[in-house]
Amino acid sequence: MADSVTSLTSVEAIDVTPVQKPRQLFLEVLYDWITTVDHKKIGLMYIAYSLVFLIVGGIEAIIMRIQLAVPHGTFVSPQVFNRMFTLHGTTMVFFVGMPILFGFGNYLVPLMIGARDMAFPRLNAFSFWISALGGILLYYSFIGGVGLYGAGSAPDVGWFAYAPLTAKVFSPGHSTDYWTLSILLSGIGSIGTALNIVTTIICMRCPGMKLNRMPLLSWLYLVTSSMVFIAISPLTAAQIMLLLDRYIGSHFFDTQAGGSAVLWMHFFWIFGHPEVYILVLPAFAFANEIIPVFSRKAVFGYPAMVAASVGIGFISMSVWAHHMFAVGMGAGANVFFVFSTMIISVPTGIKIFNWLATIWGGKIRFASPMLFSVGFLFQFLIAGLTGIMLSVAPFDWQLTGSYFVVAHFHYVLVGAILFMIFAAFYYWYPKVTGRMMSERLGKWHFWLMVIGFHMTFDFMHIPGLLGMPRRIYTYEPGRGWEIWNLIVSIGAIVQAVATLIFVYNLIHSYYKGEVAGNDPWDAWTLEWSTASPPPVYNFATTPVVHSRRPLWDIKHPEDPDWNYE
Amino acid sequence: MSTIPITPDAADEPWVLPDRGTVGMACLIMAESAIFVIFVVAYIFYMGQSLSGPTPRQVLELPIFTTICLLSSSFTLHWAVAALRKSKMGAFTAWLATTVALGAIFIIGTGMEWYHLIYVDGLTIRTNLFGTTFYSLVGLHATHVIVGLLMLLAALIFALTGHVTEKHAHRMDVLSLYWHFVDAVWVVVFTVVYVLGR
Repeated sequence: MADSVTSLTSVEAIDVTPVQKPRQLFLEVLYDWITTVDHKKIGLMYIAYSLVFLIVGGIEAIIMRIQLAVPHGTFVSPQVFNRMFTLHGTTMVFFVGMPILFGFGNYLVPLMIGARDMAFPRLNAFSFWISALGGILLYYSFIGGVGLYGAGSAPDVGWFAYAPLTAKVFSPGHSTDYWTLSILLSGIGSIGTALNIVTTIICMRCPGMKLNRMPLLSWLYLVTSSMVFIAISPLTAAQIMLLLDRYIGSHFFDTQAGGSAVLWMHFFWIFGHPEVYILVLPAFAFANEIIPVFSRKAVFGYPAMVAASVGIGFISMSVWAHHMFAVGMGAGANVFFVFSTMIISVPTGIKIFNWLATIWGGKIRFASPMLFSVGFLFQFLIAGLTGIMLSVAPFDWQLTGSYFVVAHFHYVLVGAILFMIFAAFYYWYPKVTGRMMSERLGKWHFWLMVIGFHMTFDFMHIPGLLGMPRRIYTYEPGRGWEIWNLIVSIGAIVQAVATLIFVYNLIHSYYKGEVAGNDPWDAWTLEWSTASPPPVYNFATTPVVHSRRPLWDIKHPEDPDWNYE
Repeated sequence: MSTIPITPDAADEPWVLPDRGTVGMACLIMAESAIFVIFVVAYIFYMGQSLSGPTPRQVLELPIFTTICLLSSSFTLHWAVAALRKSKMGAFTAWLATTVALGAIFIIGTGMEWYHLIYVDGLTIRTNLFGTTFYSLVGLHATHVIVGLLMLLAALIFALTGHVTEKHAHRMDVLSLYWHFVDAVWVVVFTVVYVLGR
């Protein structure tokens, strides 16, 4: 017990200036990072790697939006356009969304549960490098295959690569093989990391950290990572089948030999829909940590939050075929998937109301993390509402494959997930670097991002309703789409500018930011009890916790948290 | 800053968490099961859909003997770990060697079956949907058996060179979890491919 007292009372250390390390040779630093098994360094490498791909995927989006800004655009050729939307989708889901969330998970989960590292540190390093190899392989397709020897054969089959587009006949060369292999490798990496996170949360908690005292972030990472096993593995299996089809002539998705293109759709969406929740649950996790701290209230309805998350995890496994209403599955299947899709809005609604109840009557501080969280709440609500519209099969028949759908899922992916990722950056940056991010630049980033986001994705619904299909590289004038497409394109550029401000803020604050101290936000979870940045083994002595908010107990010994659990 | 108040319940509360190896292996088994489910679903989906022959009824024979060998290897491995826990090194090595031998018989049996199918019946992965799904599902399982066999073989070599002691019983437990999983998958594959498929 004495140990824990020393460790947990060190919240207010005297000297908080980040220590200047003696200058190391570049090669030494590089060697340190490449061979590291420290969960914090691996987490940071994941985040850095996905930020690079965020810029790359963003450039691809801007290229598409320039092409579509005016009718009869000639900025890129049709085939380059196909490559752009394929790479944009694949990059953003597999090489931005997944790694950035696993990066935060890697960094935060051991710190929050009071562990010194992940359960399997070397597996952790392996998972990172195999995922990174996947990302590199995807872009290697530009120079590989008929690439350098024929410049650029990036995949152009769309991010869900429907059969039989991926058959040898329709997709000659090796572009589709690069796509398949890169996703196969990053899938293996994801499964490895998920296994590690689940094992860490179950087996490495510090004394007193019972399951019902874990920070909600750990709970949500537990659910997300468990979903990875059941969602990413089918994708891996499907990619193996596709590789067999392409390389040794099997007939899984070969319609000429009796194979089925619809089977690919099932296999892809069995992965594809839970993937949405795999990405959004960590975003919920960040909201669960940030909103209470900036409202100065404990999160409302902890057990309901946990139950809702587990519920989302289960229901999300039975909604995949709402992507296939227009395929002709029959009325019975359509009805089942309409209802399962609608039911998932119940646990999601519980979460929204619990966040609102947390904010209600709180002392709210609108620092950058809270601003982004409020943006998230608002935008996620709208995304859910268009989701309910699309879950109705007849409505979906009209609008599937249109820009309405594109607008809907970008509302989730950008409006909810990316906004919460930005919030998480502002919130945990002081812990990682020991310095605050600039609030002034943060406000600029937030407002430009909100304006750009709504210009892009609010107005994108309209050409969708007017019948503009997705994935067309250009369109005729006179259908009422021009003005909306122009606004959407301008909005995309505003978002790009906002993101560049954010990247500048990241770099600038690292050198010039205000010194943060251990606990700049007056927060309650364990990661704020250790130094900023945390030492190699996180905690000088293993902490012991007695409630859900261990740092509150230290700061307010007269009114400890366990009286209210 | 005062010291932390100590609640009565937390002071001497024993704090025991599940073992990492077991939980990690359970997670791996969950992920692997999902992969197998997809291959099994593909097999069932394409059952009887082949546009040309040969059909399963014409070429498949029930691999009863090798199945018995593989399923009994789960028991021998269980006895091996039990012996190790009691530090009976002789019995451990003998049961482990039996397990490896039984697994090897299964793989040899699969090899002979495939040889017959390919060179006598002319069924390859390219022939028809039956060939596609049969070789991929049975091959996926065989790959897992081979991986398990290599790990058991490594354990056997360590045992023969005297590097295994009672304190490694727990690692053998984790390995045997994997082997039991591979056996359980065979029950499903056998039912789907050789019983329902014929």
